[in-house]
Amino acid sequence: MRALLVLWRRELALAWSGGGGPLLACGFFLCLTTLIPLAAGGDPAALKPVAGGIAWVALAVSSILSLERLFERDLEDGALDLIALGLAPLELVVIAKAKAQWLAVGAPLALVAPLAAITLGLPPMLAPLVGLTALIGGLGFALTGALGAALALGSKRGGLLIAVVVLPLFIPPVVFGAGALERAASGLSPAPAGAFLVAWVLFAAVVAPFAGAAAIRNAQG
Amino acid sequence: MLTVSSLTLSRGERILFRDLNLTLASGEAVVLTGANGAGKTSLLRAVAGFIRPDAGAIAFADADPGEARARHLHWLGHLDGLKGARRARDELAFQARWQGADADGIAAAIALLALAPLLDLEVRQLSAGQRRRLAFARLVAAPRPIWLLDEPFSPLDARWREAIGLLMRSHLDRGGAVLAAVHDPLPIAARAVDLGAGR
Repeated sequence: MRALLVLWRRELALAWSGGGGPLLACGFFLCLTTLIPLAAGGDPAALKPVAGGIAWVALAVSSILSLERLFERDLEDGALDLIALGLAPLELVVIAKAKAQWLAVGAPLALVAPLAAITLGLPPMLAPLVGLTALIGGLGFALTGALGAALALGSKRGGLLIAVVVLPLFIPPVVFGAGALERAASGLSPAPAGAFLVAWVLFAAVVAPFAGAAAIRNAQG
Repeated sequence: MLTVSSLTLSRGERILFRDLNLTLASGEAVVLTGANGAGKTSLLRAVAGFIRPDAGAIAFADADPGEARARHLHWLGHLDGLKGARRARDELAFQARWQGADADGIAAAIALLALAPLLDLEVRQLSAGQRRRLAFARLVAAPRPIWLLDEPFSPLDARWREAIGLLMRSHLDRGGAVLAAVHDPLPIAARAVDLGAGR
């Protein structure tokens, strides 16, 4: 566990100090949530029903930006070989890196998401729900994003490949997260959609470490 | 400590070598020689578990391969795994602790490799030789019995080749072993295994 803590702290430091960190993700997210309403005509009444959906699509796309950093740079500079011979198995390495990605990108996005969602037309009383669902969904984005980053290891234009691999995996949380907000905005309980969102995150937590570790081993050969 | 039996290794369609047998005993250094492309680095990577052999077996004396790779092997390849934007102190702490070093081990490595004046510099500010010493420090800080080294001395000057040769000698005296791919001779006595001219 101490070794994993060492790795996790290193990952957080790399995420916060290097390019593709929280500022880039949050800036990109705010740009998207500003541009889409402008492109849609800027009519608040037209935006209100799709505000949750716009916010969630922007969250998903913003979460992709820094995924290439997760494994590709370690492969390029030889650190991945060192990491593979560490005290913890690669499956736990994937979890540690995904958790750091969540804290460095997912959590800051969850902080700014309520502001953007309210600007788009969601009722202010839903701000805590936006933040909570974005935080939960962000963990899923980080886990499946780590899987996509591992699958794209060593390929040319890995960043583009990550986006192609990961975006389909992001569809369920976008649907469930936006669904929870839509239900709450309509006066219904967001719990059913929220439960599906949590279930998807748990599914990702089981699959991503094993599949990601296998992809890393394959890339090292 | 390490037994390689009837190993066949290929990269893509190219077979690097067939039926290679190799043993590495406690206190022994073995150097892999051969032309570029003979498979020296690939053999080291296979022992480290990064490459799956086409045939044959790699066995460790006191542990299954997974356990051996997590606790018994040190790997120092062409690439040092250091992040240019991080301070040398942080990179050393990560690399050494990730492989099981404690604070005393890290302090000893800093002293033996004269790293103290470099610790607050960013890795990108270090010369190639200084980077190699920094990467080598984790081998000293976290004791592991088998060192896998790929051209370990290439960026080092004569003084540091000799100093790290002494560290390797000390490692062997404590019962460790070294398997190294080299073009230039090691500064310690070592048994040579020639992988040939390559194919």
